[in-house]
Amino acid sequence: MSPSARPATMDKTPLRGHGDTAPAAHTNMPAPFAATALPSVLFERAEDRPYAEESAAPACFHDLNLDQIVETLVAGRAEYGLKSFFHAPLKRAGAIAYRQDVLRDLEHPALFEAVKSFTRRMREMRGHLASTEKLSYRYQKERWFLETVETYCGAVEQLARDLAAAPLQSQGLLAFHACLTSYTGSSRFIVLRKQIAKQQADLSRVTYNLVLKDLSITVRKFEAEADYGAEVLATFEKFKQGDAKDYRVKYPDSLDISHIEAKIHEHLAALYPAEFSALDRFFADYQDYLDEAIGVFDREIQFYIAALEYYEPLKRAGLAICYPKISEDGKAIFSRDGFDVALAHRLVGQKATVVCNDFELVGAERILVVSGPNQGGKTTFARAFGQMHYLASIGFPVPGREARLFLFDKLFTHFEREEDITTLRGKLEDDLVRIHEVLRAATPDSIVVMNEIFTSTTLSDAMFLGREILGRIAALDALCVCVTFIDELAALNEKTVSMVSGVYPDNPAVRTYKIARRPADGLAYALAIAEKHRLTYARLRERLPS
Amino acid sequence: MKAYLLYRDRDFDLDAPLPPHADALIQDLELTTLFGAMARGDEFLLDVAKKTILAGMDDLDAIRYRQAILRDCLKNPAIVAEMYALVVDAIGNERKNYWGIFHRYPGAILNRAVDVLQMFVTMLKRLRRIAEDHADKFESEGFTTLFAMLRRELDDGYFAAIEEHLRRLKFRDGVMISAELGPGNNGVNHVLRRPREQSRGWLMRLLPRRGGPFTIHVHPRDESGARLLSDLRDRGVNQVANALAQSTDHILDFFRMLRIELGFHIGCLNLHRQLDEKGMPVSFPVPAAGSERRHSCRKLYDACLALTLGTAVVSNDVAADGKALVIVTGPNQGGKSTFLRAIGLAQLMMQGGMFVAAESCCSNVCARVLTHYKREEDTTMKSGKFDEELERMSAVVDQIAPNSMLLFNESFAATNEREGAEIAGQIVRALLESRVKIFFVTHLYEFARAFHERNLTNTLFLRAERQTDGNRTFKIIPGAPLETSHGEDLYERIFLRGEPLPPAQGKFRERQPAK
Repeated sequence: MSPSARPATMDKTPLRGHGDTAPAAHTNMPAPFAATALPSVLFERAEDRPYAEESAAPACFHDLNLDQIVETLVAGRAEYGLKSFFHAPLKRAGAIAYRQDVLRDLEHPALFEAVKSFTRRMREMRGHLASTEKLSYRYQKERWFLETVETYCGAVEQLARDLAAAPLQSQGLLAFHACLTSYTGSSRFIVLRKQIAKQQADLSRVTYNLVLKDLSITVRKFEAEADYGAEVLATFEKFKQGDAKDYRVKYPDSLDISHIEAKIHEHLAALYPAEFSALDRFFADYQDYLDEAIGVFDREIQFYIAALEYYEPLKRAGLAICYPKISEDGKAIFSRDGFDVALAHRLVGQKATVVCNDFELVGAERILVVSGPNQGGKTTFARAFGQMHYLASIGFPVPGREARLFLFDKLFTHFEREEDITTLRGKLEDDLVRIHEVLRAATPDSIVVMNEIFTSTTLSDAMFLGREILGRIAALDALCVCVTFIDELAALNEKTVSMVSGVYPDNPAVRTYKIARRPADGLAYALAIAEKHRLTYARLRERLPS
Repeated sequence: MKAYLLYRDRDFDLDAPLPPHADALIQDLELTTLFGAMARGDEFLLDVAKKTILAGMDDLDAIRYRQAILRDCLKNPAIVAEMYALVVDAIGNERKNYWGIFHRYPGAILNRAVDVLQMFVTMLKRLRRIAEDHADKFESEGFTTLFAMLRRELDDGYFAAIEEHLRRLKFRDGVMISAELGPGNNGVNHVLRRPREQSRGWLMRLLPRRGGPFTIHVHPRDESGARLLSDLRDRGVNQVANALAQSTDHILDFFRMLRIELGFHIGCLNLHRQLDEKGMPVSFPVPAAGSERRHSCRKLYDACLALTLGTAVVSNDVAADGKALVIVTGPNQGGKSTFLRAIGLAQLMMQGGMFVAAESCCSNVCARVLTHYKREEDTTMKSGKFDEELERMSAVVDQIAPNSMLLFNESFAATNEREGAEIAGQIVRALLESRVKIFFVTHLYEFARAFHERNLTNTLFLRAERQTDGNRTFKIIPGAPLETSHGEDLYERIFLRGEPLPPAQGKFRERQPAK
């Protein structure tokens, strides 16, 4: 794929604001650059961004089990607010290639580990910061803040070293690396680093005694007195017997300190004025320590980490994953050895086999009509078709050895729904209304996935309606997968391709889950399934009391 | 002390697991709507409504026992509401008497128990008062027994005895505790002692003067010193605190049980009021024995739909005495699902001891009410739709006991019609022979036709009415299955004429028969 034009602003990258400004001047100033100037590893151009940061899941999510996929992707990543990225398909092949390139870079194990390690440390840093913000005692809070900033600096420096050592190829990561190098070399960052080291050395020298008398406590500098507790322990050592029930009240580790300790701090601050006022200053000066470009990277890179970690168990199970070619106009598409990733995720977890399938549309072909025995993987096939197209559209790798997929404008699904008492519409009417809405909104560049519609009506009705609806889709020239039990639809016209789910010839109750391109054979296998569930008349007579 | 306002001879177990088929029933019969109407936003009432209705009775006498109590409630809603409010208050006050952070200290346990007991005594007195004032207005065995018990068990002498204990346990004169010396001369075996009655002020005389050699003076602000004293006191009252706390728990249990039992009836009152406001009739059904096949109703309607719509809805008469199989066919959106839900709801409500949504109703009780409805694709992707459907069917079969009722709604439609009809036929034949009563709403014309041709006396065919102009009346009337489902007119209306669909509710109302 050809690297598409890069916006000029990215080439020179170093961000304004990272340069030579002294830390003091930074105090309480907002980040001096607009968000659009920040390098983004997710969006090559500003126009690729979704209009709204918060967007709801597309309507097809539930039917295609994309909701399950995204739930797995964002599991443990709630703090990054990633969902909107998964909800926004890209509209240019170039924008998709930009993401595919970043993913290819991140597939280098060392780099991937380095990036994950960086985000772990950033998360630890945020954890510290959140704890710190809850504290109310001044010197306790300030000391926690110092540790937080140190974690941040360590994470940033390590990432800069790791990126320098990595063979980066993608525009996205190269641009960010340039920005990062400039930042770690800036005086702002170097001064911050020195300040942290000095504060830590100073505070490690503050040692003191507390003298408690009657109801009083006196705070004093430490003067190397002997360990009396150790002497006491030694004295009573001989009385010690075996284990006994522990009557001591347990005090859990906690950030909390008492008002007494807070008072002690105040006295210590008087005893060690230089160290404590330096800590005060550090706290006041570095509230804006977090660089915005670092924050953006930390969030956006999670998109890719989630993607690669999601596919990881599938690859380990020997399944093929590929970067699809994206077709912006031609509707000749294909996939070799594709599968339903949500299902594969579950099956791999159970060490079960995942069945892969191919599809291909050539010439005038637009509509895959899937028929054949029930429970033969037809729905899974349709779902995989939709999933692959959607995943490709957000720059993800897709299941399969090789694929060319269409850059759709809208992806529609029509799966059967349960009756809803609040609409007061019958199921068939509901089906028709929803399909009508889909067809009204669909364009020749849309994809429609229909699964087992019109099951709530008679055979003759279903045939009539199926022919009408598929005829309309064919006339529109949209891409479509239609799962149906109505064999007649498979040979409707030159746009339809018949796909049939297979069984093992010697045992018709066992499905191959292979969906092959061949004429519909009119056979279904319902009774075999009834037998499997012991629901034939004879079986039921055995099961039920007579 | 037992209230027995649900069963004659046992408590209701709110913690018992729901029957295995409960989730399917809730989903298929829209029971959430029913429970919601009974609860009116109260989570506790919701829980009670759900669990009592799903734990239906098949004993005719038990059903009549509860019906009688509910009739009393409908006659005296204000008194029942007052009792319920009192019970809720008692439980709420107990909870408000917060355990705090000192629940590991016996002294705190004791003080709390004293406070709670005092509050409970007040509440029990009020409850007895209600029993005294209103017993004559109640006729049911349940209420009569309860009121008699309250007057018998909670007499004045009993209250006086409790109050004497509570007074003592405040230790206005101090706590006398005995102890023995344990290892290292530490105090052990602390026991609370009761001072003789005449020595009021005894502690003052026993104590030496201030500053004497036997006195340790803990400064008022010496918290650790004060803590040691309180620790000693805690050891002393440990046993009595335990006993008293256990007593409060027993009384609390009584209130809790009463709350559950009254809660069911309050839920019924709530439901009754809402249906009444909509002008929809209710009646107490006449349960028939499970071995009979009875099903006759006048103006049966779907209570959930009435509650959802907020207006009167279509009702149907049912004459299915002697029928074991009722097959309902007819056009889409013609009221079949609603009718099926009305049947299921009435059965559940009857077996819950409630009134039903009909002008009159008589039905045989069922060992279990079960449903098999067409469902959305199984999202665990474990298997295809038809397989999933049959797997659920098999699970339903596992629940069947003789004289169960099974409601099918468009089952076995996930394969083509010929095969669906074949499987439905096999299953229904086997079920009938095992004395299962069946209502089957279906589009499987082949299936319905096959049974129609068999011409059995125990089978009834109903059909959603469709007038000659194509309009549906939502009435379910006797009629043999017809072959089409009229999908073509829907298609024409939606796709070809492009008619904007009228708002569903408005359309529904417009097609109501004029009242």
